[in-house]
This record gives sequence, C-alpha cells and structure tokens, in this order.
Amino acid sequence: MSPSVSNDGIPRWANVVALPLVNLVAAFLVSGLVVLIIGENPLEVVKLLIWGAFGFQEAIGYTLFYTTNFIFTGLAVAIAFHCMLFNIGGEGQAYIGGLGITLVGLNLGFLPPIVLVPLCIIGGGLFGAAWAFIPAYLQAKRGSHIVITTIMFNFIASSLMVYLLVNVFIQPGSMQPESRYFHEAAIPFFHEALGWFGIKFASSPWNLSFLWAILCAAFVWVFVWHTRWGFELRTVGTNPRAADYAGISSTRNIIITMCLSGALAGFLGLNEIMGYNHRLLLNFSGGYGFVGIAVALMGRSHPLGVCLAALLFGALYQGGAELSFEIPTITRELVIVIQGLVIIFAGALEFMFKPQVEAVFRWFAPRKSRAAVAE
Amino acid sequence: MPKDGSSPAIELVGIDKKFGAVHANKDIRLTVAAGSIHGIVGENGAGKSTLMSILYGFYRADAGEIFVDGERRNIQSPQDAIETGIGMVHQHFMLVDTFTVLENVMLGAESGPILKNGVSKAREELRRLEREYELDVDVDALVGDLPVGLQQRVEILKALYRGAEILILDEPTGVLTPQEADHLFRILQALREQGKTVILITHKLREIKAITDAVSVMRRGEMVAHRETAETSTEELAELMVGRKVLLRVEKGPAHPGRAVLEVDNLRADDSLGVPRVKGVSFQVRAGEIVGIAGVSGNGQSELLEAISGIIPTAGGSVLLNDAPILGGPPRGAADAREKGMAHVPEDRHRMGLVVPFAAWESSILGYQNDPTYNRGVIQDRSAIIADVAKKMEDFDIRPAAPELATGNFSGGNQQKIILAREIDRDPDILVVGQPTRGVDIGAIEFIHRRLIEMRDAGKAVLLVSVELDEIMSLSDRILVMFDGRIFGEVAPEDANERTLGLMMAGCDPNDQEARP
Repeated sequence: MSPSVSNDGIPRWANVVALPLVNLVAAFLVSGLVVLIIGENPLEVVKLLIWGAFGFQEAIGYTLFYTTNFIFTGLAVAIAFHCMLFNIGGEGQAYIGGLGITLVGLNLGFLPPIVLVPLCIIGGGLFGAAWAFIPAYLQAKRGSHIVITTIMFNFIASSLMVYLLVNVFIQPGSMQPESRYFHEAAIPFFHEALGWFGIKFASSPWNLSFLWAILCAAFVWVFVWHTRWGFELRTVGTNPRAADYAGISSTRNIIITMCLSGALAGFLGLNEIMGYNHRLLLNFSGGYGFVGIAVALMGRSHPLGVCLAALLFGALYQGGAELSFEIPTITRELVIVIQGLVIIFAGALEFMFKPQVEAVFRWFAPRKSRAAVAE
Repeated sequence: MPKDGSSPAIELVGIDKKFGAVHANKDIRLTVAAGSIHGIVGENGAGKSTLMSILYGFYRADAGEIFVDGERRNIQSPQDAIETGIGMVHQHFMLVDTFTVLENVMLGAESGPILKNGVSKAREELRRLEREYELDVDVDALVGDLPVGLQQRVEILKALYRGAEILILDEPTGVLTPQEADHLFRILQALREQGKTVILITHKLREIKAITDAVSVMRRGEMVAHRETAETSTEELAELMVGRKVLLRVEKGPAHPGRAVLEVDNLRADDSLGVPRVKGVSFQVRAGEIVGIAGVSGNGQSELLEAISGIIPTAGGSVLLNDAPILGGPPRGAADAREKGMAHVPEDRHRMGLVVPFAAWESSILGYQNDPTYNRGVIQDRSAIIADVAKKMEDFDIRPAAPELATGNFSGGNQQKIILAREIDRDPDILVVGQPTRGVDIGAIEFIHRRLIEMRDAGKAVLLVSVELDEIMSLSDRILVMFDGRIFGEVAPEDANERTLGLMMAGCDPNDQEARP
C-alpha cells in the first residue's frame, strides 16, 4: 500500500502498446512539421516512406535486412537491461564480433560451408562476448561503471579495427581498408533460398541470418523467463540484496549476462559480413549498436517488442533511403533527423506522455467499474 | 458538519478508492475532533495507509469529500495538503542524510532564492518549536549521524515548520525504544495542548490505549467502528480489527532444549562501509528452544543476522552450524548456510526477502531456484512450482491465493507469510528470523507466532531478532540483549519486563541506579 505502487486499474498494455504508439505518433508529428518547414507535403512524405519500405519486394527485402541488424543489437541491449546493466557497447562488440567472423572465414576457408558457417557464427559470438567480458569483469569485480567502460571500449574497438584493416587485412596494392572476400562463409540470400523452393523473390541483401535473429529472440525469451539462470539474472537486476540473500552470485550473473549480450551484438556480422558484404569493411557496424539501445527501449526489453521495434527501424532506414531518392529536397541528412526524432521520443523521452496516457485510461476506467457494481 | 459552533479538524465523507480489483477504501467516513489525538488501527491491507495517502494528496479518491476545519478541500498533491495545514511523518523517513537538521527542515520551504535570510528565520522558528514541544535536536548536526528517534523528531519539526495544524504519524514507534516512544508520546501530548490535531496510525493497541482520545478501526477497506478510547478495551479493539476473537498472549509449554545447533563464537562483522557493527558476539542456540535477541535497531542485529546466515563476510570469530563452519559472504555464503540446514527470514522483506515486482511464485522459490523439483533440465518446471506454491498458500492461508500475482500486490502480512512458507516448508534445523511481525497485522502476528512455537516444539532451533519487546518476551526461552555490537546481557523471560529490557537496550545496567539520570 505504499504510494509507489500505483496500478490504478490501468491495464498493462497501456504501457506496453499504447505508450510506444503515442511516442511514435508524436515523433511523426514533429517530423511532419520539419517537412512542412522545408516546403514539402508531409502526407506525401509518409506515403513515400511506407511505399519505400514495404511497397515492393525489393523494398521488403531491404527493410528486413536492416531489421535483422536491429534485432541482434536490440536483443543485446535488452538482455543486459534485465540484469540492470546498461550496455552502451553494442557497437564495439558488434565490430569486434565481425573481426572474429573474418578471422575464421579467412583462415579456415578450406573447410566445407556446412562446417565453416557454424564456426564463423561461433567466432562472431565469442569475439563479441570477449569484448563485453572485460567491462563486465571490471563492473562485477571492481565496480567500474559499465556505461563508462563500454563507451570507452567502443572507441578502443574502433581504433583497433582501423589499425587492423589498414595494416593487416588490407589487400596489397589496394587503397580500400577492407579484407579480401571470403565467399566460402557466405550465408545464402533469401531470394536464393526461396528459389530452391521455386518461389521467385526480387534480389535484395535479405539473407538467412534473419532466421538466426528470430531464433536468438526466442532464445532470449526462454532464457530470461523460463530458466533458473534467467531467474537469477533477473533477481540480480531487480534486487541485488535479495540475490545476496538467496546465495545468487551477482558477479557471475553480471559476467554471464554481458557475455550473452556481447555475443548477440557480435552476431551483427552474420548479417552484414557473412550475409551481404562477404568481407570485413571499415565501420561495417554503422551505428546499429547505438540504435539498438532505442530498439530495446521501444521494445520494452521484451524479445517480441524488440523484433517489432527492429522492424520499425528497419522500415525507417529503407523507407528513408527511398524517400531521399524520390524527393531530392529531403536529403539523406533530413531522413536521419526523422530517425533521430523517433529515437528521441521512443528512447530518451520514453515516459514523457505516461501521465497523459494513464489519465486517459483512468478517465475510462471508473465507468467500467461503476457498471460492474451496478450488476 | 459543524455542531455546537466548532467544526472537526478533519471530516472525510464517503471516501472510496479502488486499485484495479482491490477495493482499498469503501465509503469511508471519519471525523477527527480538533485538538485531539485520534488513533486509526487496522490490519495491514485494511486501507489505513491508503486513506491517509488520500488525505495527504498522494492518491486521489475515486469518490468522496474531504473537509478540513469545516471547509471542503480539494487536495490533489502533498503540496495542497501542506498548504491546508496537514503534515505527515512517514514510516520511512524522507530526510537527506548528508544535510544538517536545519537544512532538512528548510528543504522545500527555503523562502526565497537567497538562503541566508531563510536560514536565520528557520533557526529562530526551530528554537521556538523546540521549546514549546520538548523537541530538542541539535539543529547543526548531520541527520545521518542522528539516531532514529531523533530523525523522527526532525520529521515532526519539518511538518510543524511548514505550519501543520494536523499531523499524521504512520506507525511512528516501530523503530523506537520504549523510552524513546514515551518521549514521542510526551511530544504528541504537548502538541495536543497547543491545539494541534494528531492522527496516529498504528497496529499497537497498547499505544492507542496510552495516548489517544478516540480511535477508529478499519477492516478490509471499511471503517468498522469508532470508539472513545476511555470506553473501549484492547481486547475489543483487537476483535474489531480482525473480525473475530484473538489471542493476544501466545500459549506455549516449557522448552526441551537438546544439542547445540548453532554456535556463534566471538563473531565480528562490519557493515558495507567497513564500520565494525558486530564486536565479538558469542552464543548458542539449541534444538527445541527459541533464543530472542532484543535491542534497538542499529545496534548490530542486522549485521549479526547477515553474518550468521552467510550473506556478509565475517570479520573474525566463527559460526558453526551442526558443527560445520559456514562460508561467509557472497557469492556462496548464503547458499552454503541453506545447504547446511539453515532457513532465514530476513529483517527487511522488501529489500531482501522478496523481489517485489516478481510474481508470487517467483518470490516463493528465491534461494531454492536450483532445487531439482523446480526444474526439468534447464527449463523451469512452472507447473510443478505453481502447484507447490499453491499448496504453501493454502497451508499458510496466504490471501489472495494467486501464485501469478505480483509479490508487491500482497499486503505486508501476506508477503511475510510468503517468506515464512518458503523457509519453514524446507524443514530446516534452525530458523533464523528477523523482525517476523514488522508491519504485520494482528491476525497474521498470531499465526506467525504459533508457527514459530510449532517449529520449536518440533525440535528445531529458532533464533529470533526483534525490536518488539512483547514479541521477544512472549516467544523466547532465553533473551539476549544486544547493545553497540555486543551481547549486553542475558535475561530469563520470567524476569524480563519492559523497564529492565529497555534499560539494557539503552546500555544501562538495570540493577545500577546510578547509571540512569
């Protein structure tokens, strides 16, 4: 009966569904204003955005390709949240994960794909996990704040990779800081895979790592809510004193959670490297690790929510690209403004409209209960 | 409704409040006469706190009206309540430890952006309040350095400084020694003499009898009775609260102690800041006896409990359970103690014993989540867990019997029963219990006490740490008094009374008349 417990008859879905939708609408309204200011018709822009994301097969393919990236990085942030760890380092972990994939792909290319591809996946996961392990260890054993250390590890990863690409992986005679191709470890494109079953689908970067992403989401759901390890992880995250009382090791759980988080981020390379680029590129992680934070916030750290939020961001990426192509005044930068607004409203200002949304529900709630009393 | 010219200080009419399916306040009517001390009693979850939260503006009532001094008021926030002249002293103090008393009192009432003028004004005002109400506190002391009793006075000063004419106190004596409680009552009486109105929420009927003028009883969200204190008895109030006759004294036969189950020898332990809190404590708990440890909270009992149950590392000495040493401190300590046959009901259920946002079934396996019966391979066996929890809920009469409900939605007494069910059901050799009935209603207290006696009679060892002297005196077979990290003395329950224990808890030898000014 303490004042902090206030559930006032507001249904759970008010916060899980209604609030993110309100945030999204607010983001689009402000975006519309920006579009109006530069002299374009917002309705036209919305129409183009949606058409660009879902209007034709190739668009859908691209949208789902981006979605795959966001699922991996969103899940990475989400699982850490359950242990009350704010993993800002998804970007670096993804980048280093790509290094793991590349090392396996370049050195074990003689193996048949059926062996090589799983090894690459393991390599990506392991390297991502290892990059997360160090900040996790420092947090668990030394109390160094994970937000600070993971941010710093992003910079270290970035510099390390520049060094490696420019000095180690670069092809002799090439000016491009990228490794050589390793098509042996390619994950098949969806249009190829669908072709095996005689289904025709427009060619796009969308590849089978999308299925791995969905599997990862299912894994996170089972792990967090249906295993004793998930139970321990959530106990440490929700009430560390209760964890001490129950003999649950906070140290161990922080490290395990961060390693899982890092591995999930490391899988980004499955989609970007094994699925599409087939080589290690400078900055291939392209900010997906950071946007993953917004994806996890918007998806309320639930795997299903993360998948839906990832789809939204995937659509914004692809639709936005199409938009700047169709309307020249809406430049690439302006599309990023729109994406930024969504991130601000869904992430940073997550709870801004909470009182209003709750007020609306409260306004409707008494009538229902009065009706119930009358019966 | 003004009668004979003077309006009541507070009049609540038809207050109604629902939280989802829980009807916390049903059509409440309450009249508090101006210049009186009015008690509100009721079991936990009866709706007392909700009602006071409505009066203080934390919640808004779904229906009903509030009259203050005969005038209808629309109180929407604590700010409104303060402006109306209502002050509240919360069960958990709302103070900034690193601020001085003066700064805490001024906080939120600084009177202008320049602090200097406010400070001298506040200092003068505080001096007046202290003189008038026996509220002596060093205004320049850091609040964190003050004992709880004084911190509470700061809370009262805060309310008075903001011009409170009506003061609400929520379970104010839970953290006080009997002597401190007496002092608090003198303060409340002084307030009444000055014409202030005091509303006292409590579950201790003795206090109601000692200090109030009138008392209202709540049960399950309804106001069931109003009595003039002089015209009622403790027994009647208890019966009104629970809705049936209650045994206020625990009935128990003589103890038959056996072998020593727990042996604590010269134990030392520090708190999280490295300050020594347990300074060489030795005692034994034998099978078939209840050993009670009395003491004012903050004298090392918490650290003693945590060190014995392996939660914090020991700084010296030893703890033997069934002749085997227990590992101290995380991560393995608590699990090790459990494996060796210790069950532990922690002092602070919210901070340690439960995970409040978890479903009840999840809180019910805390500490035992690796039990093979709860798991099928790596996946938790949810149906087995829920069946097990449903059985415990029936055995311990936990209401509502809903394993899926969030732990935080159970009342205090039922949360405590969730922990007790979890720990007792394991059939441990020793049960270590801290504050088993803190914030728990009378009906549940009776139940919990009976279960503890049953444990003892079944040949288990029980170590009870409590700040409730009644509880210590009625349950224990031996009483140890803890003061400043040491065992100050041992008393047989037959020889114990509130005065002797109270003096020992304050570090004075009751046989030495000189020690007490």
